[in-house]
Amino acid sequence: MYNKGTIIPGLVIFVLLVTFPIWFNAFSTASTVPKLELPPGGEKECVASATEMRAKHMVLLNEWRDDVLRSANKTAVTVGGKEYRRGLQTACMQCHTNKDKFCDSCHTYTSVNVYCWDCHLTPDVAAAKKETH
Amino acid sequence: MKYAFSFLAVIALILIAWLGSQIPGMPYLFGVALPYLAMIIFLGGCVYKVVQWAKSPVPFPIQTTCGQGKSLDFIKHNRLEAPSTNGEVVARMFLEVVTFRSLFRNTKSEIHEGPYITYESSKWLWCFALIFHYSFFSIVVRHLRLFLDPVPAWIGWWEFVDGLFEVGAPTWYISDVGLVVGCLLLFSRRLITRHVRYISLANDYFPLVLIFAVAVTGILMRFFLRTDIDIVNIKQLTVGLVTLSPVIGAKIGSIFFIHVFLVCVLIAYFPFSKLMHFAGVFLSPTRNLRNDSRAVRHINPWNPKILPHSYAGYEDEFREFMVNADIPVEKELTPSKDE
Repeated sequence: MYNKGTIIPGLVIFVLLVTFPIWFNAFSTASTVPKLELPPGGEKECVASATEMRAKHMVLLNEWRDDVLRSANKTAVTVGGKEYRRGLQTACMQCHTNKDKFCDSCHTYTSVNVYCWDCHLTPDVAAAKKETH
Repeated sequence: MKYAFSFLAVIALILIAWLGSQIPGMPYLFGVALPYLAMIIFLGGCVYKVVQWAKSPVPFPIQTTCGQGKSLDFIKHNRLEAPSTNGEVVARMFLEVVTFRSLFRNTKSEIHEGPYITYESSKWLWCFALIFHYSFFSIVVRHLRLFLDPVPAWIGWWEFVDGLFEVGAPTWYISDVGLVVGCLLLFSRRLITRHVRYISLANDYFPLVLIFAVAVTGILMRFFLRTDIDIVNIKQLTVGLVTLSPVIGAKIGSIFFIHVFLVCVLIAYFPFSKLMHFAGVFLSPTRNLRNDSRAVRHINPWNPKILPHSYAGYEDEFREFMVNADIPVEKELTPSKDE
């Protein structure tokens, strides 16, 4: 083999780069796999089934955002006789009050960086703001 | 015909993964065994190829230059196009690898009435290649979020920049669109340009179709066919793969297995195909040699070792025979002692 001095370090760098996730995970503490927490209030019904919400909640929230904010269409949705005002704070967070456990645990685990909280407040923060006014 | 074959092959692969992953127990084959196998073939195959290349001697300095080589002091040396030191070679290689300067010089030739032949700069290939390769690279980096636990912050920044337009939810990435468009453009280039079409083979079309299918299945999985695509569940499997303890928790939709199977085929096919240009670009003698053939003697590594043999030495070796054959010698035989 010619040019051993460059070929071998090059190959070593290549193999280390490709197997980078193995080394990274071996030398870092693994996070626990998130488990969804049901609403503390004990609500069992949502605007859609659990599987559908798991798969499509981001699509639903996006549609609501566009409808309510951009088209000024604020009609509530009625599912199973219960009326929901369409909004993250006005609907979702009413039951799923804990953002850390309900939203962040999965999003952090899978590096889904949502921009909901650029505008929205969690129930705790919203309540705290109300008190100060 | 050649592109029809590529499409049929990819459709067959999709069917294999789709039907195969429905059989109970088979998700472990498609989600665990094949990814490991493909990765081993990829690493082993790439190392084998590079070692084989490194074993081939380079008999001549064959660097290609496109500028004035280093010469007399008052002649301006083009350091990038005719590099004469290792540093200049590194700079040239770096720009070749990140900006595809060779493709930038692509020309097209046409015959006009007369007949005249004309050569004209053709930047399309360079442009399509940039779109395709950078999208591919960005997608590979973004996929690290599924393999690293905890996810480092810089992957989040990368995703932010890639999804800068914040279109839809989940966000569309620029690189998703770039890869699909890049595949389509490179494919149509092979079909539309007649001379390129003439020299294109099935093994030129197949990787393009395969990468296109990988991109499309990935997009379908992210945006459209979301049944049983629970990212937490999938990340458990992918992190399991790199911590060597893979488990498939809940049921995963077959689009995931189709995507993973196509990727496995792609990376197992890598070392034995034109895709090895990712390593080959570093080992191109026309690019990685110094342009110093007048300053330094390039010795062919397979030359036999021949020592210089002077006439005096030659005569020393054969004097006796020369004298016997009456050939004049410069130095007579020394008389032996018994005479």
